[in-house]
Amino acid sequence: MKRFVTGAGALLLALGSGSALAQTVAITGGTVAIGDGSEPIEGGTVVIRNGRIVAAGRGVAVPAGAQVLDATGKWVTPGLVAGFSRVGLIEVDAVNETNDVAANNSPFSAAIDVAPAINPRTTAIAVSRAGGVTRAIVAPGTAKSIFAGQGAVIDLGNDMDAVTRARAFQFVEMGETGADEAGGSRPAAYVLFRNALREARDLGRFSAPLSGGGSGERQARANDQRDFPLEDVPDSRLLAPGATRPDDVLLTRFDAAALVPVLQGRQLLLVHVERASDILQVLALKREFPNLRLVLVGASEGWTVADRIAAARVPVIANALNDLPATFEQLAATQSNVARLRAAGISVSLGMINDEEARQVRLARQQAGNLVAAGRLPGGTALSWGEALATITSAPAEAIGMGGEIGSLRPGRRADVVIWSGDPLENSTAAEVVIIDGVQQPLDNHQTKLRDRYRTPTEGDLPKAYER
Amino acid sequence: MALTRKAAFIALAAALAAAGCTRSDPPQSASASRPRKPPPTYSHDPYPSTYHRYPGVVTAISGATVFDGEGGLIENGTVVLADGLVQAVGGPDTAIPEGATRIDGRGKWVTPGIIDVHSHLGDYPSPGVEANSDGNEATGPVRPEVWAEHSVWPQDPGFSRALVNGGVTAMQILPGSANLFGGRSVVIKNVPARTVQAMKFPGAPYGLKMACGENPKRVYGSRNQMPGSRMANVALMRQTWARAQEYKRKWDKYERDGGEMPARDLAMDTLRGVLAGEILVHNHCYRADEMAIIIDMSKEFGYHVSAFHHAVEAYKIADLLKANGICSAMWADWYGFKMEAYDAVSENIPLVHNAGACAIVHSDDPNGIQRLNQEAAKALANGRRIGINISDEIAWTWLSFNPAKALGIADKTGSLKAGKMADVVLWNGHPFSVYTRPERVWIDGALMYDANDPKRRPVSDFELGQPGEGDVK
Repeated sequence: MKRFVTGAGALLLALGSGSALAQTVAITGGTVAIGDGSEPIEGGTVVIRNGRIVAAGRGVAVPAGAQVLDATGKWVTPGLVAGFSRVGLIEVDAVNETNDVAANNSPFSAAIDVAPAINPRTTAIAVSRAGGVTRAIVAPGTAKSIFAGQGAVIDLGNDMDAVTRARAFQFVEMGETGADEAGGSRPAAYVLFRNALREARDLGRFSAPLSGGGSGERQARANDQRDFPLEDVPDSRLLAPGATRPDDVLLTRFDAAALVPVLQGRQLLLVHVERASDILQVLALKREFPNLRLVLVGASEGWTVADRIAAARVPVIANALNDLPATFEQLAATQSNVARLRAAGISVSLGMINDEEARQVRLARQQAGNLVAAGRLPGGTALSWGEALATITSAPAEAIGMGGEIGSLRPGRRADVVIWSGDPLENSTAAEVVIIDGVQQPLDNHQTKLRDRYRTPTEGDLPKAYER
Repeated sequence: MALTRKAAFIALAAALAAAGCTRSDPPQSASASRPRKPPPTYSHDPYPSTYHRYPGVVTAISGATVFDGEGGLIENGTVVLADGLVQAVGGPDTAIPEGATRIDGRGKWVTPGIIDVHSHLGDYPSPGVEANSDGNEATGPVRPEVWAEHSVWPQDPGFSRALVNGGVTAMQILPGSANLFGGRSVVIKNVPARTVQAMKFPGAPYGLKMACGENPKRVYGSRNQMPGSRMANVALMRQTWARAQEYKRKWDKYERDGGEMPARDLAMDTLRGVLAGEILVHNHCYRADEMAIIIDMSKEFGYHVSAFHHAVEAYKIADLLKANGICSAMWADWYGFKMEAYDAVSENIPLVHNAGACAIVHSDDPNGIQRLNQEAAKALANGRRIGINISDEIAWTWLSFNPAKALGIADKTGSLKAGKMADVVLWNGHPFSVYTRPERVWIDGALMYDANDPKRRPVSDFELGQPGEGDVK
């Protein structure tokens, strides 16, 4: 791992990169925010050991022999979790060869798995990491079907092992985009959806019986941290040579097989809809397919049907600041949406849905800060500061079923920790130290090097190309 | 130090403008020396502004922190507005007129209204359906004959968001960047209106949108049409300027000497206006090397680039931009969405400012325009972290005075100086904080938004009867 020196982080460099996994480290004196919705704690301590959080909060003892990092005057939070993103799939959006989001000419849809496309060396990973983002929920995009394929949870560490959980979810478009992909109407999208799950069910019938599934009530639980066998055992059982299928199929066998775990509730289904009526239709799918484990993505009009979403106990990953009727499915958009959903008891996290989602996940903290600001407007609905931080840390982790692993400073979580120069939701604040799985990360990248080269734009005795 | 730099810039810009005048041979000076009536000619203002300021009351804000927009800071300041104008800006001893509506500004900030030099509100409005998509005349790369104002839909709900969340009191609406010559821009006051004429900023010069780089060559190259390369971009621009010079010679001669009226060409009218210094060039350009070529081209044909827009690599040639008196209108931290944005840095704005060049924060986005103050705040903080120490009040020049200069309206608005338009925002906290919003916004002294009064929150025709009508957005 390469060496790095940053001005602000220099005092903490004793932590060292790569060597921290086996160490005990205590970050002391900072304002500590756990990320679970609670308010920040002044003078808190965070203890890390073997790449995991041991304890965080006020009155936490510094273990004997621990390396101590003084964070006095700083803020300490869990690393940020990008709630819906395409980080690692794109180097330059408009350069097609570098863009692995969607496959316009592929015969496959639901079977597509983004994990092999994640490039830990994309500029956006380094830039986002420098912005304090340590994990991301990465979704494929749709092309010729409502089913985009299977997304992953990744870390943004400076190493070649980015995928934390492959095939964490299936992503489907059911609003205007879904209607378009399905051939031109919402009813077409729904019949395509039903048919796809029917084909998955038929395929499952011809293959070996599977564990999982369960009662509707069980499925209605909040998405918990149950293990996903999919990560290590893909759907190959369904692809046995002996398995036959009926004649009237639309999906390839791979695509149908990929939907079996969705049908059985072993894989989350993230559904992008914005319009209130679309949200209700998606929730209604659970009557027909009781094992579905849904997460709503988008939901700009969610606040108008918040009681129904809350009753279904479905988490929401929303764009924070949509407030324009940008489409006819977002007429009721308001920056108060997230806070109103939260007030209804819904788990809400921030995502960047088809908007700068590959490169600008670092802006989520600014968005979260804006959701606090609404509290100072008469008629506005706001999040508390702690809730706002949760929308970009623990809430997305929980929505994706990984709240036990990432997204907070609660004991046992992976040691993804950021030390900030100040309030992390404020515009003037920067990440000074970023730790992923207990390993301190470099924060330099293409942009910081360009910045340093052109700190004065005039050339010296040699051209700029010699300055680095 | 910063003021010195600014003064130097203004002097340079004035010198360049003067040079432009000698080149352009203004018709009135020539005709003044001749006794006969000038020959009939075309109107330069056929769609005149019908904007009028809305009624306001004499208002005095006191106890606030004031950024005057030109780099000045007044603690415990008083700002007096009356008759549509800023009457006084000063300390606590500033005289408050009898009967003025007094506003306690303690713990609050007062700034000039934000001016966005790069918006497509109205020509790419919400909802963004195909039927409303009127920002690019992508049927030919040279379209200086189109005018953005003929596309602007005044009912775009985005205008109200820019006002209430963004504190934006004026903006330039530009055609898109599909074309080398995209057409004329229009500068508007951010007031709701039934017609675009009723929004047009009185006395603001027109702008001409130009674009270099990827967009024109992609749009036309993909149709196997010129331009399909950057070299063709430049060739086609030069060819067009050469035509414009010829057109201008004909019309100047006709307006001076009379004779047969030359054929009218609306495209050339616009370019003649640029060459005469009446219309300001706003040039979409990302890469440093391309901006340098555009600067040479402007000298070749005798016009001045008012501002490079996007200017993602302005930091690489900030010295050149300073020397040529060209503003850069920039984002705080956009990058990587296309190849020519690959070398973006989050310190672009402070680096350009630090080199003594004119820096502007722009949006090009109906969401971004609601948070230009936050974009400036991020850029400012990023600059400070590399040792570029710019004060908050100086940084506010990026949001109001510098954009006003680039639009040619700095004599009317963009700063809180007695006698200028009372385009003013009262913020409920420090305007560079993420937790702050406009509390009240005045345009020409009329209270157009009050966070505490739902009746002072505009709702466009489009939103009436829709879910969320009149909601806090």
